[in-house]
Amino acid sequence: MRTAHIEVSGLTMAYGEYVVMRSLNFAVRRGEIFIIMGGSGSGKSTLLRHLIGLQAPAAGTVYFDGHDFWRASDAERGRLLRRMGILYQSGALWSSMTLAENIALPLSAHTQLTPKEIAELTSLKLALVGLAGFENYYPSEISGGMQKRAALARAMALDPEILLFDEPSAGLDPVSARRLDELILHLRDSLGSTVVIITHDLASILSIGTDSIFLDTETKSIIARGPPRELLKTSDQPRVQDFLTRGQVLASTSSSRSSARRRL
Amino acid sequence: MPPISPVLEVVPVNATCLELRLAGAWTVAAPLPAPDRVLQALRENSAIRSLHFDCHALASWDSLLLTFVVKVLDACEERGILADQSGLPKGLQGMLALAHAVPERQDAFRPLEPAGFAAMIGRHILNGIEDGRRLVEFVGEATLAFGRLLLGRARFRGADLLRLLQECGPNALPIISLISVLVGMILAFIGAVQLRVFGAQIFIADLVGLGMAREMGATMAAILMAGRTGAAFAAELGSMQVNDEIDAMKTSGFPPMEFLVLPRILALFMMTPFLCLYADILGIFGGALAAAGMFDVSFAEYYIQIENRLRLVDFEVGIGKSAVFGILVAIAGCMRGLQCGRSSTAVGFATTSAVVTGIVFIVVSDAVMTLIVTTLNLYQK
Ligand SMILES: Nc1ncnc2c1ncn2[C@@H]1O[C@H](COP(=O)(O)OP(=O)(O)OP(=O)(O)O)[C@@H](O)[C@H]1O
Ligand SMILES: [Mg+2]
Repeated sequence: MRTAHIEVSGLTMAYGEYVVMRSLNFAVRRGEIFIIMGGSGSGKSTLLRHLIGLQAPAAGTVYFDGHDFWRASDAERGRLLRRMGILYQSGALWSSMTLAENIALPLSAHTQLTPKEIAELTSLKLALVGLAGFENYYPSEISGGMQKRAALARAMALDPEILLFDEPSAGLDPVSARRLDELILHLRDSLGSTVVIITHDLASILSIGTDSIFLDTETKSIIARGPPRELLKTSDQPRVQDFLTRGQVLASTSSSRSSARRRL
Repeated sequence: MPPISPVLEVVPVNATCLELRLAGAWTVAAPLPAPDRVLQALRENSAIRSLHFDCHALASWDSLLLTFVVKVLDACEERGILADQSGLPKGLQGMLALAHAVPERQDAFRPLEPAGFAAMIGRHILNGIEDGRRLVEFVGEATLAFGRLLLGRARFRGADLLRLLQECGPNALPIISLISVLVGMILAFIGAVQLRVFGAQIFIADLVGLGMAREMGATMAAILMAGRTGAAFAAELGSMQVNDEIDAMKTSGFPPMEFLVLPRILALFMMTPFLCLYADILGIFGGALAAAGMFDVSFAEYYIQIENRLRLVDFEVGIGKSAVFGILVAIAGCMRGLQCGRSSTAVGFATTSAVVTGIVFIVVSDAVMTLIVTTLNLYQK
C-alpha cells in the first residue's frame, strides 16, 4: 500500500526525442511543504505538467493517495484534479473574466454554494492575497505581480488538499513574498494541505521548505533530496551548494570550468 | 567624434609566436576585419605554438570583438596553440569566462528540418494527413460534447453564450448590410446587360431573388462570418493557449470542448440563419435599387415579380445551408485556435488558417449540398 500523498515512480519526461528527466522517484508526505529546485530549464514546470495530467509521461507514473493518476479513468482523474489547486508559472488567469469571476467559476461549478456565499468567499480569497477591492478588475488591468497573486487566490478557491505552485514569488516584492510564505504556512496548518512549490526564492526555500528535491540538468536526475536547511549544511553536491548559496561556491571554483568550451 | 575604423595587424614576434594587434573602434558601427587572416596565418605557419593579443591602441569595442576573439581562440584550441588572453581588455576577459561558464548542452542541439524539394513535398503530405486526422478527432470530440449537452451534463457559462450571440449576430449586421446590398446590385447589373437586349428587364427580379435566396445570401453571410468571427475565435482561443489559460481550464474541470467550443458553435449555428435571411432581404432590396435606378423597372413591378416567383422553399434551402456553414465556420475557428502553438506567430498563423479553412469548408459543403438539393429536386416540388 502506498502511503505518501503524492508519489512519483520511475517518471521519465520527454519532448519527442529530447529527454528532460529520466526515472524520477520521490514521494511527498501529507502536510509537507515540498520544494522542487533546479536550474532554469531543468524541467520543473514540465514535472508539474506531468503531475496534473497535462503531459503524459514517457515512462513511469504518478500516484495520488495510492491512485495511479495515469491509469485512472477520465472521471476519476477529474475527481483527483478537483482536489488540487494549481498556480501556473504565467498565472494563466482567464483573461475574459474579472478577478472575482475567475475565482468564482470553480466555486460555482464544483460546490453547492449560493451566489452570495460565493461572492463572500471570493472577496475573502482576494483579501488573503492582498487584493481586496480588485474584484471587478480584468487580469489585463493589473500588474504582473498582482496577476500572480490573483492566480494564487484562484488556486486556493476550493481549499484544495494539494497545492501546486510554479514560482509563486517570481515578480513579487520582498514583503509580498514574505506574506506569501506566511499564507502558505497557514494553509498547511489550518487545512492540512500538502504544498508543492517550484521556486528559486532562497529565503522562502530555507524558511518554509520541509522537504525538497533538486533536479539536475546534466545527469537528468535528482541529485539531492531532503529538508533544504539540511541540504545547505550537509550536501556534498557542488551544484546544490551553488544553488543554495547563490553561487558563492561557484565563484571560487570557476577557474576549473573555464576550459569548458561553447560555440557562440 | 567619427569612429576610427578597426585595424588588425598580424605580427609574427618570432618563429613560434604570433601577436595580434587590435586598434581603433571594434564595434557594430564599422565593418570588422574578418578573422580569416589570422586563421590563414595559423594555417600557413604550423610552427606557431603561442599567440597573444595587444590591445593598447583599441579605442572601443562591443560583442562583435567578442565573437572575433572566440573564433580565434577556437582555432587556437583546435591546433593546440597556447592563447594568452591577458592582453585583452579586462571586461572582455570577464565576458569570455561567462560565455564558457555554462557548457553547451550536447543533446539540446537539434538539426534543422531537411531542405529540398522532395523533403518539402513529403512534409506537406504528412502535414496534410495529420491535419485530416486532427479534424476528425476534433469533430468527434465536439459531437460527444454536444451529446453531453443534450443529456444536460455539459456546461458552459450562460454569460459567455450571450456575449457570443451578440458578437455573432447584431454586431455583424453593418458589414452584412453593406455587402448584401452591393451583391444584390451586382447580380442585377450582370443580368440586366443580357435581359435588356430582349426588353426583359423585369426578370432581373427573378435573377436577383433566386440568386440571393438560394445561394448568395447564405454564402456571403458565411464568408463574412469566417473572416470576422472564425478569425476572432481562433485568435481568442489561440492566445488563451499561449497564456496557459486552456491548461488552467482543463485542470479546473472545465473541458475546453464544452466550455469554449460548444458555446461558439451554438452561437454561430443560431445566428447565421438570421444573418442569411437578413442578407437575402437586403440583397433583393439592392437589386431593386439597381433595377429601378437604371433599368426602368418600378419598385412595384419588381416587388410583384418577386412575390410571384420566389417560394418559401427557395429561402428554406438557403437558410438551411447557412446553418451548416455556421457550424463549419465555428469548427474551423475553434479547431485552429485550440491547435495553436505557444507563440505569437502561432496565433497569427492560427487566425489566417481559420479563415482559409472556414472558406474551404463553406465552398466544399456548398457544392455537396447543392448537389443533394438538385438530385432531390427540391425546387420543383
Ligand atoms: N514545448 C516544448 N517543446 C520542446 N522542449 C521543451 C518545451 N517546453 C520545454 N522544453 C524543454 O524542456 C526543458 C525544461 O523546461 P521547463 O519549462 O520545464 O523548465 P523549468 O525548470 O520550469 O525552467 P524555469 O525555471 O526557467 O521555469 C527546457 O530545457 C526546454 O528546452
Ligand atoms: Mg518553469
